[in-house]
Amino acid sequence: MERAGHDRGGWPTEQPIDRSEHELADWELRTDALIGALSAHGLMNVDEMRRGIESMAPDEYERASYYERWLYAAEVVLAEKGVLAEGELDARVAG
Amino acid sequence: MSFTPGQRVRVSDRAHRGHHRTPGYVKGSIGVIERTQGEFTNPETRAYGQSGLPERALYLVRFESKDVLEAASGDRIYVDVFEHWLDEAR
Repeated sequence: MERAGHDRGGWPTEQPIDRSEHELADWELRTDALIGALSAHGLMNVDEMRRGIESMAPDEYERASYYERWLYAAEVVLAEKGVLAEGELDARVAG
Repeated sequence: MSFTPGQRVRVSDRAHRGHHRTPGYVKGSIGVIERTQGEFTNPETRAYGQSGLPERALYLVRFESKDVLEAASGDRIYVDVFEHWLDEAR
Protein backbone atom coordinates (compact mmCIF):
# COMPACT_ATOMS: atom_id res chain seq x y z
CA MET A 1 0.00 0.00 0.00
CA GLU A 2 1.15 3.50 -0.79
CA ARG A 3 2.36 5.29 2.33
CA ALA A 4 2.64 9.01 2.93
CA GLY A 5 6.07 10.49 3.57
CA HIS A 6 5.44 11.18 7.24
CA ASP A 7 4.42 7.55 7.86
CA ARG A 8 7.98 6.34 8.21
CA GLY A 9 7.96 3.75 10.97
CA GLY A 10 9.55 0.52 9.78
CA TRP A 11 11.44 2.05 6.88
CA PRO A 12 14.54 -0.06 6.32
CA THR A 13 17.82 1.83 6.73
CA GLU A 14 21.50 1.14 7.20
CA GLN A 15 22.00 4.57 8.76
CA PRO A 16 22.56 4.85 12.51
CA ILE A 17 19.86 6.73 14.41
CA ASP A 18 20.88 10.33 15.12
CA ARG A 19 20.29 10.70 18.85
CA SER A 20 22.13 13.99 19.22
CA GLU A 21 20.42 16.90 20.94
CA HIS A 22 20.84 20.54 20.03
CA GLU A 23 20.36 23.73 21.97
CA LEU A 24 16.98 25.18 21.01
CA ALA A 25 17.09 28.55 19.28
CA ASP A 26 14.87 31.40 20.51
CA TRP A 27 12.46 30.96 17.60
CA GLU A 28 12.06 27.28 18.42
CA LEU A 29 11.20 28.04 22.05
CA ARG A 30 8.77 30.72 20.91
CA THR A 31 7.20 28.32 18.44
CA ASP A 32 6.65 25.77 21.17
CA ALA A 33 5.02 28.44 23.35
CA LEU A 34 2.93 29.76 20.45
CA ILE A 35 1.55 26.34 19.56
CA GLY A 36 0.78 25.70 23.23
CA ALA A 37 -1.12 28.98 23.40
CA LEU A 38 -3.07 28.20 20.22
CA SER A 39 -4.07 24.85 21.69
CA ALA A 40 -5.02 26.34 25.06
CA HIS A 41 -7.25 28.88 23.31
CA GLY A 42 -8.93 26.28 21.11
CA LEU A 43 -7.48 27.65 17.87
CA MET A 44 -5.54 24.57 16.81
CA ASN A 45 -5.56 21.13 18.40
CA VAL A 46 -2.85 18.50 18.04
CA ASP A 47 -4.79 16.53 15.44
CA GLU A 48 -5.20 19.62 13.29
CA MET A 49 -1.51 20.36 13.66
CA ARG A 50 -0.51 16.85 12.63
CA ARG A 51 -2.85 17.02 9.65
CA GLY A 52 -1.30 20.35 8.69
CA ILE A 53 2.20 18.86 8.85
CA GLU A 54 1.09 15.91 6.75
CA SER A 55 -0.15 18.30 4.07
CA MET A 56 3.39 19.51 3.36
CA ALA A 57 4.82 18.67 -0.06
CA PRO A 58 7.12 15.64 0.38
CA ASP A 59 10.35 17.47 -0.50
CA GLU A 60 9.42 20.39 1.75
CA TYR A 61 8.64 17.97 4.58
CA GLU A 62 12.07 16.33 4.21
CA ARG A 63 13.88 19.69 4.25
CA ALA A 64 11.98 21.18 7.17
CA SER A 65 13.14 20.90 10.75
CA TYR A 66 10.88 19.81 13.60
CA TYR A 67 9.63 23.27 14.56
CA GLU A 68 9.50 24.49 10.97
CA ARG A 69 6.87 21.79 10.46
CA TRP A 70 4.93 23.10 13.46
CA LEU A 71 4.98 26.61 12.03
CA TYR A 72 3.88 25.37 8.62
CA ALA A 73 0.89 23.63 10.20
CA ALA A 74 -0.04 26.72 12.22
CA GLU A 75 -0.04 28.85 9.06
CA VAL A 76 -2.24 26.33 7.23
CA VAL A 77 -4.77 25.86 10.03
CA LEU A 78 -4.99 29.53 11.08
CA ALA A 79 -5.47 30.59 7.45
CA GLU A 80 -8.28 28.04 7.07
CA LYS A 81 -10.01 29.43 10.13
CA GLY A 82 -9.62 33.02 9.01
CA VAL A 83 -7.44 33.91 11.99
CA LEU A 84 -4.74 34.85 9.50
CA ALA A 85 -5.75 36.71 6.36
CA GLU A 86 -4.20 35.66 3.07
CA GLY A 87 -0.77 37.26 2.76
CA GLU A 88 -0.93 38.69 6.29
CA LEU A 89 2.17 36.91 7.57
CA ASP A 90 4.21 37.73 4.47
CA ALA A 91 3.19 41.36 4.70
CA ARG A 92 4.22 41.56 8.36
CA VAL A 93 7.54 39.83 7.73
CA ALA A 94 8.25 42.18 4.82
CA GLY A 95 7.10 45.21 6.78
CA MET B 1 -17.22 -4.69 18.86
CA SER B 2 -14.84 -4.47 21.75
CA PHE B 3 -11.75 -6.56 22.35
CA THR B 4 -10.23 -8.14 25.43
CA PRO B 5 -6.58 -8.70 26.38
CA GLY B 6 -5.13 -11.78 24.69
CA GLN B 7 -7.48 -11.58 21.72
CA ARG B 8 -5.92 -11.83 18.24
CA VAL B 9 -6.72 -8.96 15.93
CA ARG B 10 -5.85 -7.93 12.40
CA VAL B 11 -5.20 -4.30 11.55
CA SER B 12 -7.20 -3.08 8.57
CA ASP B 13 -5.17 -2.32 5.46
CA ARG B 14 -7.89 -0.17 3.90
CA ALA B 15 -6.94 2.97 2.06
CA HIS B 16 -7.48 6.16 4.07
CA ARG B 17 -6.11 9.31 2.54
CA GLY B 18 -6.89 11.69 5.38
CA HIS B 19 -5.21 12.08 8.75
CA HIS B 20 -5.13 8.90 10.83
CA ARG B 21 -2.88 7.50 13.49
CA THR B 22 -2.54 3.89 12.34
CA PRO B 23 1.06 3.41 11.20
CA GLY B 24 1.46 1.88 7.76
CA TYR B 25 3.88 -0.78 8.91
CA VAL B 26 1.24 -2.60 10.97
CA LYS B 27 -1.60 -2.36 8.45
CA GLY B 28 -2.73 -5.86 7.47
CA SER B 29 -0.74 -7.46 10.30
CA ILE B 30 -2.03 -9.71 13.08
CA GLY B 31 -1.31 -8.82 16.68
CA VAL B 32 -2.61 -9.50 20.17
CA ILE B 33 -4.52 -7.10 22.40
CA GLU B 34 -2.22 -6.20 25.28
CA ARG B 35 -4.60 -3.87 27.10
CA THR B 36 -7.28 -1.23 26.69
CA GLN B 37 -5.98 2.34 26.82
CA GLY B 38 -9.39 3.96 27.27
CA GLU B 39 -11.58 6.03 25.01
CA PHE B 40 -10.36 9.09 23.13
CA THR B 41 -11.61 11.61 20.61
CA ASN B 42 -11.23 10.45 17.03
CA PRO B 43 -8.22 12.16 15.39
CA GLU B 44 -9.63 11.39 11.94
CA THR B 45 -12.43 13.91 12.38
CA ARG B 46 -10.90 16.16 15.04
CA ALA B 47 -8.09 16.94 12.60
CA TYR B 48 -10.62 18.73 10.39
CA GLY B 49 -12.26 21.13 12.79
CA GLN B 50 -14.82 18.69 14.22
CA SER B 51 -15.24 17.59 17.82
CA GLY B 52 -13.86 14.07 17.33
CA LEU B 53 -16.90 12.72 19.16
CA PRO B 54 -18.02 10.07 19.84
CA GLU B 55 -14.87 8.89 21.56
CA ARG B 56 -13.36 5.69 20.23
CA ALA B 57 -11.71 2.85 22.12
CA LEU B 58 -7.93 2.68 21.82
CA TYR B 59 -5.97 -0.53 22.36
CA LEU B 60 -2.33 -1.31 22.94
CA VAL B 61 -1.62 -4.07 20.43
CA ARG B 62 1.43 -6.36 20.61
CA PHE B 63 3.09 -7.55 17.41
CA GLU B 64 5.95 -9.97 16.83
CA SER B 65 8.55 -8.14 14.76
CA LYS B 66 8.69 -11.08 12.33
CA ASP B 67 5.02 -10.44 11.53
CA VAL B 68 5.57 -6.73 10.87
CA LEU B 69 9.08 -5.96 9.65
CA GLU B 70 11.14 -7.46 6.88
CA ALA B 71 14.11 -7.82 9.21
CA ALA B 72 12.87 -10.01 12.05
CA SER B 73 14.66 -9.51 15.34
CA GLY B 74 12.65 -11.48 17.87
CA ASP B 75 11.54 -8.18 19.39
CA ARG B 76 7.97 -7.32 20.18
CA ILE B 77 6.42 -4.09 18.93
CA TYR B 78 3.66 -2.31 20.83
CA VAL B 79 1.39 0.08 18.94
CA ASP B 80 -1.72 2.02 19.97
CA VAL B 81 -4.50 1.27 17.48
CA PHE B 82 -8.08 2.53 17.49
CA GLU B 83 -10.84 -0.06 17.59
CA HIS B 84 -12.25 0.92 14.20
CA TRP B 85 -8.97 -0.17 12.62
CA LEU B 86 -9.16 -3.66 14.17
CA ASP B 87 -10.97 -6.85 13.23
CA GLU B 88 -11.04 -10.13 15.08
CA ALA B 89 -8.42 -12.57 13.73
CA ARG B 90 -8.64 -16.34 14.02
